[in-house]
Amino acid sequence: MSAPEPVAVLGVGMHPWGKWGRPFHEYGVEAALAAFDDAGVAWSEVQFVAAGETVRNGYPGYVAASTLTQALGWNGARVASCYAACASGATALEAARTRILAGLCDVALVVGADTTPKGFLAPVAGERWDDPDWLRFRLLGATNPAYFALYARRRMDLYGATAEDFARVKVKNARHGRHNPHARYRKEVTVEEVLASPVVADPLHLLEICATSDGAAAVVLASMDYARRRGVASPVRVRAVSTVTPRFPNTIIELPAFATDSAAAVAPPELTFRDSIAAAAYEEAGLGPEDLSLAEVYDLSTALELDWYENIGLCKEGEAERLLRDGDTAIGGRIPVNPSGGLACFGEAVPAQAIAQVCELTWQLRGQATGRQVEGATAGLAVNQGLFGHGSAVILTA
Amino acid sequence: MAASVPAIEGWFTTGDEPRLLGSRCTDCGTVTFPRASGLCRNPGCRGRELVAHELARVGTVWSYTDARYQPPPPFVPASEPFEPFALAAVELAEDGLVVLGQVAAGFGVEDLRVGMRVELVVETLHELDGVPQLIWRWRPLGEVAA
Repeated sequence: MSAPEPVAVLGVGMHPWGKWGRPFHEYGVEAALAAFDDAGVAWSEVQFVAAGETVRNGYPGYVAASTLTQALGWNGARVASCYAACASGATALEAARTRILAGLCDVALVVGADTTPKGFLAPVAGERWDDPDWLRFRLLGATNPAYFALYARRRMDLYGATAEDFARVKVKNARHGRHNPHARYRKEVTVEEVLASPVVADPLHLLEICATSDGAAAVVLASMDYARRRGVASPVRVRAVSTVTPRFPNTIIELPAFATDSAAAVAPPELTFRDSIAAAAYEEAGLGPEDLSLAEVYDLSTALELDWYENIGLCKEGEAERLLRDGDTAIGGRIPVNPSGGLACFGEAVPAQAIAQVCELTWQLRGQATGRQVEGATAGLAVNQGLFGHGSAVILTA
Repeated sequence: MAASVPAIEGWFTTGDEPRLLGSRCTDCGTVTFPRASGLCRNPGCRGRELVAHELARVGTVWSYTDARYQPPPPFVPASEPFEPFALAAVELAEDGLVVLGQVAAGFGVEDLRVGMRVELVVETLHELDGVPQLIWRWRPLGEVAA
């Protein structure tokens, strides 16, 4: 396969992240309107709406694309509601991109919005003895942070990572997000403050685990022809979208599973699932980690950000702590990671998060990321992983 | 006290030498936990005969953590107030997989290390209507595998 044609990011917009408990579509409408204004596109021109589903908002959340289309005022657009857990936004983006590349539409809205409960993300109520996501709480009391903590502890025992290393990820991201008007947490923290917060799942402290947030993000995508017709000669371009699933056997334990696949009969693939997510995007874009100016990675926990450095090829396995300690991944360093402030400053609004990553890359590549700009950014990668085997990686170039 | 019962049917055996119950494909030998049915999960295999398979009782710690806060429902706390417990992901070499479980009562993260050998035990998870509900757990054996 040759590299696909790029599609244009005509506009981006977000509703700030926070916790207000309003209906999710109210946030989504604000993000969409901001993206339309940024793009100079009227809602009446949008031919396709792809939205990330939200599962905690009843059936309007399951049909998020039509809910949001109705909230914006029915315009006859075709719709697709996409669920891929944390990767939902990338799946929606891919639906819009492929429709544009197929010549079936010129301009599309990609949007995700969520409103979230307090505390741990828990499964929906009711007894469901055939649902692993329900059973892991019932039989093991294994919360999401427990899984993040397994990865964190492994870094400590295998690579010598320290609690201070993990805390430094939070300190870096808090510094990055301080000037981000869309971030929920905009306050610097110290290593001491992180380590003084209560341990939730050893070795991770409260300040190292991402919160759940309300928020919304939207992107207006268009064909390059449409962009040119609108007088946008050099838009930010989507060069690759990876929505890969694992290859058997997936030998890293992942929530909500009780066990990994078995490698008894088939040897594990060369790349782990997380490695394969970015690899597929690099291959599609014809770019590599050395071409990146910045990356937005899914820091569900501080330690997980370090895993991602290795998974996206910024360094070899076991070397992420050194990258962090050397300041390479801070703004001003060799390859800034999470200049937006990441989940550390946002908290997670599941269906919006992968789209929010694309918003940040777009602002960075346009030179509009005031207070957190990575100077001269030309290429960015956004990566995340959704429950149940959903990969998500997007490469944008200026 | 009422006789104890497994918290879930068919996932493990009880007794002195309990075992996790998974399945094994008679065509390719792929193991799953918990038990699977239907088509073998190996994409290169069309086997449909997934027979009951007892997993190894002893493994090595892949990683570990604990729960310092009471998990949300459907978790049922065993005590009031909530007592933290540890979790371990354990590699079972001959079965080729890693299985998650709580760590045996009385052991915490300070007793664990990646690579440490652990064995399977069955203990009470919580009581429902006065009936103890049993669950598999990992008990540290102290040694770190070479």
